[in-house]
Order: sequence, then structure tokens, then C-alpha cells
Amino acid sequence: MQATRKIRVLIAKPGLDSHDRGAKVVARALRDAGMEVIYTGLRQTPEQIVETALQEDVDVIGLSILSGAHRALFPRIMELLKQKGLTDVMVFAGGIIPEEDISELKKLGIKEIFGPGTPTETIIQYVLENVPIRT
Amino acid sequence: MTKIDEIAKGILAGDRRSIARAITLIENNTVEAPKVIASIYPSTGKAHIIGLTGPGGSGKSTLIEKIVREYRRKGKTVGVVAVDPTSPFTGGAFLGDRIRMQELSTDEGVFIRSMATRNYPGGIARATKDAVKILDAAGKDIILVETVGAGQSEVEIIKVAQTIVVIHAPGLGDEIQAIKAGLMEIADIFVVNKADRENADKAVMDIQAIMQLNNKEKAWKTPILKTVALTGEGVPQLIEKLEEHRRFKEKEIKRRKSLLTAEAELIEAIKEKAANSIIDELKKERKFEELLHKILEKEIDPTSAAERLLHGKFKKALSDAET
Repeated sequence: MQATRKIRVLIAKPGLDSHDRGAKVVARALRDAGMEVIYTGLRQTPEQIVETALQEDVDVIGLSILSGAHRALFPRIMELLKQKGLTDVMVFAGGIIPEEDISELKKLGIKEIFGPGTPTETIIQYVLENVPIRT
Repeated sequence: MTKIDEIAKGILAGDRRSIARAITLIENNTVEAPKVIASIYPSTGKAHIIGLTGPGGSGKSTLIEKIVREYRRKGKTVGVVAVDPTSPFTGGAFLGDRIRMQELSTDEGVFIRSMATRNYPGGIARATKDAVKILDAAGKDIILVETVGAGQSEVEIIKVAQTIVVIHAPGLGDEIQAIKAGLMEIADIFVVNKADRENADKAVMDIQAIMQLNNKEKAWKTPILKTVALTGEGVPQLIEKLEEHRRFKEKEIKRRKSLLTAEAELIEAIKEKAANSIIDELKKERKFEELLHKILEKEIDPTSAAERLLHGKFKKALSDAET
């Protein structure tokens, strides 16, 4: 019998903002596209997010943040991912992230930012096309 | 060192990355998976495996978080496998059991993994069993397996456990009768959570009435405990009962049961391998496609089609396997 492989995605809410409607919409859309989505719930520290990614052996992390704290939290998250050897995980982000911050975040290693109003289909396609093949 | 050796070594050392990758191999049913299991199998058998199931809304995840904390307080390490259903339509799954346990993710003595039921050859029960073996070999003292209790499959999943806990809560809309057939019989401990609610005592009495009949023959009388997961009330007593049941099981004629279980597992494995290799071979034949079309045209029924495919094949399959 052949192997079954599913794309495992972690949808995380770093920091203190309590707005998770967007995160849940994306989570459900990815699920409906056949992926396994682990949702962390609110108010996650970078340490919690990275440890979860490690234990769940995810292929993709989606960070949702609306509080403006992305410039403080995202570098820490990317650093921890490197420290724990999770460099083969694709990271994208969404929420309220100003245009002018995007290039800085991409330099950190965040592959794409999906702002408010992005059709879920766009995110789904992006993940399907860019998910790393990990061995 | 091969990749398999590396991963096996990592598991035995308790390395979290190795544990995680090994479980992924199991989930993806790769060729390495059985080899990893074979490597670590001798190191299994030390953990206390506890299955927890119950309807949604019973407060299961909150209770499990409290159970983990209590075990941690006692200096035990814990593994948690949380199983959620895969959608039969999309093939995807929303795995949200961690939400209530997230504070524990940075505790080095706790490992939590969410698994979807997928469509495992061999069923989810086998994959869960293998994930439990990995956590066992990695040195976890306690392994909790959590399932939703939404179908017949989780009665199968929960049998991986040595101690089965069924959790219910008053006022969920469904009565005790709604507890999945088969769960009442195999429950070792019953928990009525949200016991601060009005109908808690009635719920306990309802369960007691049913258990009275079940308990008559049994050496272990299934107790009914009350908890309030939100406050942690009743959890230390639950842990005590879990420990008591573990000691009970160890005293039992465990060796005999283990032999029976091992035999059953071996037979399942033989069945699966034999069926899979035969099916793989048959699918390669043109006759397979032809018969599929005939079935659609109602020219032949599936059983007769299977007979045609297998006719004279079995001896060949066996002698091929021997060479």
C-alpha cells in the first residue's frame, strides 16, 4: 500500500492580540484543501510556537498578528527555528502588517505576507506550490 | 549511520526532533516506518498508557491538561497523542486539541502530538499504537491517548491503552445511552466532569445503574469519579485511581494477556502484508481494469470478480514469496 502524505500546517497567534477570526478562516480553508492544520490558540510566545512546530513536525507555519508587534516577535521566532534546526519549514504571515515592513520580514526568511482581504484561495495555492519537500 | 539508525538512536535518547520525525514516518506510512519500530520495540513496555475518550463538550482537553500537570508535579514525564477525525470529503483535518494544553508545550517533560485519523492502511489504531511505542521507547512514563468518541474507530484506538477512561459531563444533551456502544464495557474509570453542574449527581447515578450490571463479573469494579477540570478539583483522586488500576493490571495474568495481544498483533500484521502484496500484484493485471468496468456495467458482482482474479493465484503468491 502506498504512503499517504499530508501537508501539516501550524497556524499560530504570537503575542497578545486576541483577534483570531482571520487565523481560523485560514485554518479552515487549508483544512478544506486537504491539509492537516494545527491551531495553537491565542497569546503564544515564540518559544511555544517553535516548540509546537517541532513536536508536530509541520511543513508550514502561518503567523497571524494584528497588534503591530511583528517586528519584535518575528525575528525571535525565526531565530528559534534556526536554533532548533527547523530551517526546512516554510513560514508565511498575515494580519495587520504595514507594506513598509514586508521587505524586512522577508529578509528574515518569512516567505510571504498575506494582508487583509487576501482570498483564501491565494494562500492555499501558495502553500501547495511552495511547500518544501522534506525527507 | 543510516537515517533509521539516527532516528532510532535519537528516540532512545529522548530527542524531541527524532520523536517528531519518527511519528511523521509512521503517519506517512513510509518504508522506514516499520524499520524504526523494529529498532525501538525492545525498549517499549515501560510506560503506563492511558486512553481518554468522551463526547465533545465534556471538557476532556481541559481535564487532560490538569492530569498532565498533576503527573508532572509528581515528577513523571508525559506523552500525549491527540487524535482528531480527518474529513472524508476533503482529506484535511483541524487539529485543535493542543489549544487547551499550549502552556505545556515548553515543558521539556511533556511531548504533545496531534494526529488525524487519515485513511491508514491498517486503520488509525495501528498508527496510534506505533506513535505510542515511539513515546514509550523515548522514556515517557505516562502516555495519554485522547480521542473524540465520534465513531466506531475510536473504540479501536482506545484499546491501545492499558487503562481506559471515559469522560462525560452532565447536560450535554445526550443521555448516558449515547455513550458509544462498546465504551461502557471497556471503561476502567468513568469520570463525570463539570461536576459543579446541577445534574452531576444524576449523571453519576445513571452511570452507576448501568455499571452495576457490568461490574458484577469483573475483578476491577469500574469507579465513577467526579471532577471539575476548570479548577482541578478531583484530579489528584483521579491520578490515584489511575495508579491503582495500573497496579491492578500488573498483578493480573498480564503475561498471558500480553501473549494473546502479541499474537493478535502478529496475525493482523500478517493479514495486512499478505493482503497488500496480493492486491498490489492483482492491480497490475489488465484483468483488474476489465473487471472494474464489468462491475460498473453490472455484468459481474464484486465477490465473483474477486474470485476470478484470485483463481489459481494464491499458490503462486505463496511460492513467489518464498523465493
